[in-house]
Amino acid sequence: MVVARVTPGRERSLRELLETMNSKPGMADPANAVLPFGQFERLHFARLAVLDDPTVGDIEAHDVPRPSLPVYLAFIGSCDGPASECIEDLARRAGTGLRRIFMHCDGFDAQGDLVTWVQAHLRPLAANYVNWVGRTVRQVKEESALRRALAAKVPRAPLASAAQAQQLRRELIDFVDAEVSAGRLGLTPPDPTPLRWQIAKLLHLAAIPLAGLILLPALIVLSPFLICTLRTKEHSDAEICPPPDRAVLLEMQHLEDHDVSNQYTAIGSLKPGLFRRWLATVLLVLIDYTARHIFTRGFLARVQTIHFAFWAFIDDKRRLVFTSNYDGGHEAYMDDFINKVAWGLNLAFSHGVGWPRTRWLVARGARIENRFKHYQRRHQLPTQVWYKAYPGLTLADLKRNQRIRQGLEPVNVTDAQALAWLRLL
Amino acid sequence: MSAIENQGRPVELGDVQGLVRFGYKHLTEACFLLLRVSDPAAARAWLAQAPVTSAIKTDRLPETALHVAFTSEGLRALEVAPDLCAEFSAEFVAGMASDGARARRLGDVGANDPGGWKWGAGERVPHVAVLLYARAGRLAAWEQEIEAQYAGGFVRIERLSTSDTQLKEPFGFDDGISQPKVDWERERPVRDQDQLEYRNLTCLGEFLLGYPNEYGLYTPRPLLAPQRDPGGLLPRAEDAPDRADVGRNGCYLVLRQLQQDVQGFWRELDRQAGGDVDLRERLAAAMVGRKKDGEPLAVPSGESGGAATPRSKPNDFTYRDDPRGLRCPLGAHIRRTNPRNADLPPGGRGILSRLWRMLGFNAAALEQDLVASTRFHRLLRRGRKYGVDAAPARSSPGAETGIHFICLAANIKRQFEFVQSAWLVGSKFAGLTGESDPLLGHRLPDMGDFPTDGFSIPQADGPDRRLTGLPQFVTVLGGAYFFLPGISALRYLATTR
Repeated sequence: MVVARVTPGRERSLRELLETMNSKPGMADPANAVLPFGQFERLHFARLAVLDDPTVGDIEAHDVPRPSLPVYLAFIGSCDGPASECIEDLARRAGTGLRRIFMHCDGFDAQGDLVTWVQAHLRPLAANYVNWVGRTVRQVKEESALRRALAAKVPRAPLASAAQAQQLRRELIDFVDAEVSAGRLGLTPPDPTPLRWQIAKLLHLAAIPLAGLILLPALIVLSPFLICTLRTKEHSDAEICPPPDRAVLLEMQHLEDHDVSNQYTAIGSLKPGLFRRWLATVLLVLIDYTARHIFTRGFLARVQTIHFAFWAFIDDKRRLVFTSNYDGGHEAYMDDFINKVAWGLNLAFSHGVGWPRTRWLVARGARIENRFKHYQRRHQLPTQVWYKAYPGLTLADLKRNQRIRQGLEPVNVTDAQALAWLRLL
Repeated sequence: MSAIENQGRPVELGDVQGLVRFGYKHLTEACFLLLRVSDPAAARAWLAQAPVTSAIKTDRLPETALHVAFTSEGLRALEVAPDLCAEFSAEFVAGMASDGARARRLGDVGANDPGGWKWGAGERVPHVAVLLYARAGRLAAWEQEIEAQYAGGFVRIERLSTSDTQLKEPFGFDDGISQPKVDWERERPVRDQDQLEYRNLTCLGEFLLGYPNEYGLYTPRPLLAPQRDPGGLLPRAEDAPDRADVGRNGCYLVLRQLQQDVQGFWRELDRQAGGDVDLRERLAAAMVGRKKDGEPLAVPSGESGGAATPRSKPNDFTYRDDPRGLRCPLGAHIRRTNPRNADLPPGGRGILSRLWRMLGFNAAALEQDLVASTRFHRLLRRGRKYGVDAAPARSSPGAETGIHFICLAANIKRQFEFVQSAWLVGSKFAGLTGESDPLLGHRLPDMGDFPTDGFSIPQADGPDRRLTGLPQFVTVLGGAYFFLPGISALRYLATTR
């Protein structure tokens, strides 16, 4: 996530420029003249959002004066490979457009080195979730084409015998091989994971539990105090959940439901004080840990509809930004969250000013349906430009297409396996 | 919270409009009058004493029934206080045809676009709906009587006639079988707890405002300081005893005129079946999820042996033993509208097993978890058929027929709009792709030019059978969101400014 302060007085011109990048409200034209996202074969999702937080004043409920915080521009991309390579690639092939955008930000030097400036404005993520670690854009597109070709080819009459499934599968594999040879389908083998990444992942895997172990004695000693503090705060922290402003809500809805997936960008202030600051930090470290080592294969607990999501602190941890790319409509997304992982929402977000009252950190909170729904919409910001590399496809599609491809590989399968594979088509 | 104490407080049936409790099968004639206010004072005077039917059961079935509901435009036209109007739900305040974003969500695009509606958009948004029901032969007189009463205050913009109630909807299928069982006795405990089984008994608060819903919460609705109800007309709110509850015993009513192309439907099925009559019927049943006589394709709950659900219990089943849709396709109309699943995907009842599923580690359970928690998305249907007879042979070309779809809910967004958008219009329901509801779909392609006009029928012995190129069978001709108030709230709205 690149975050840069918008120069006062230039916000309007920035918004106008962003508007020119879209073909539908909020939906980037993949070939737009400013940042032709579609040319970047490793870019899954991207967005540009003006972070102008209307809820900054909520913190007055904690007897903290309303801070004066700047308006930011956030530029967010989810890409295959390291962020630095992605930025260099963007700067190389769309430098002019990037400059046109960042010209609206403080301290941008039109003559200076673009990559250096962008890198300097790159913010670390507090927690990062990727639906399927290692699945590349190319793979998604190739596998989608594969499914389309096979679905059109497979005969749909019931099979005469179980053995026929085997034969049919072999025929289809031959068909795929021929299509690949003819250049009509591509099935590029995945790049090996760089050794550096594997080592970093292993170190991270061990480091966090180790740190936990070291802190454990202190935590045990402090636990009565911490629990007492938590419960006191849970009783006294203000709930601020009025209905969102109707005009603002409508503005956001105009950006939604053009595709089978949607975007969500939200911002909020952390409750003041070290307790919440540290608790939020620790919990996001843990969320990041599970996202990196456990929830890497298509699900975040029971939620299977998030492509990419992250949390990032800004303004010296006074505020938190959350963004996600999800399948389905907004209402379904929120209902899914309430009904499946309200406990997780509470862990991740209850440190925000005004969150519906939790009990023991996981209970209530987001389960208080209307307050939660008001809260999340009120903290949402319009995403001015949003790009998805594979419109029309959901994670359920991606997973099925992946299984179709995997099913091409084994030489010997049972009749039942062959049939199960055919039924994916 | 005094919720537990209120557990036993019985429902004020005399204050609830009877439509919430009854479908009036014996009142075979009905018509829905859509009115606009021409003289607010006269309109209010009629509403203040309109003979609205309550939900109290009488020894003799009533000869007639009358119900009254308002749109938000209607409330404004009747000069109800703006701050009170604004406290209703956002969907109701905005209205069904409010904007393009809602139209996209509801599938009101293409041929369904509100711009082409007969009523419900622009100047043709009704203010009030008067729903009239009568025994055979009695409607004309009843309608005349009521029209004479309200004539000074309203002009009629549309009269939605209905056919004699028969069970079958115009395509020829038994309809109205699946209904939630409303918890009138308030048996369901007021608490927020995961339900491990699908149950039909649904909290009263899902259908009536002022009572706890499935989350154990009271859905927001207009609550007033008592001094704004000097006559003490309104009941007090259970969750805020010092406030007068405008919503209590009322609910939202969604009305949509759905025109059905009966000839087109059967012509298309003939085409798909290549003229094979038996196959045609099977394909149609697969699209609906029931045979014409209402027998569900799914197996009854608790029996996986393959026995059909007995005719006497056509609503007593789930899809638990049919996760792949081999008996009832995943995308069948009745499976989309009511997936009949619990809060957690199937599995053991032990704490560890539940925790494992909660964290998503049970792969088999996850496969079935794309759609969950049906209990938050139930609709109480009260629609009626209109137009000519259902049998395709007997309907003349061009004759208009369909359903005046009505559903009642406490939360339009979480109930009607959710079901309509995520489950019916959505082309990715339960992991499917390339298909929306086989009956209601608008068939316009998704972004990326992915079609939505297919329908897949899983087969045990081969790849899915797949119908492609389905045309649109159902077209939306009108629609609006109404508030069906409790009777005392109706009097309050009519008399107080």
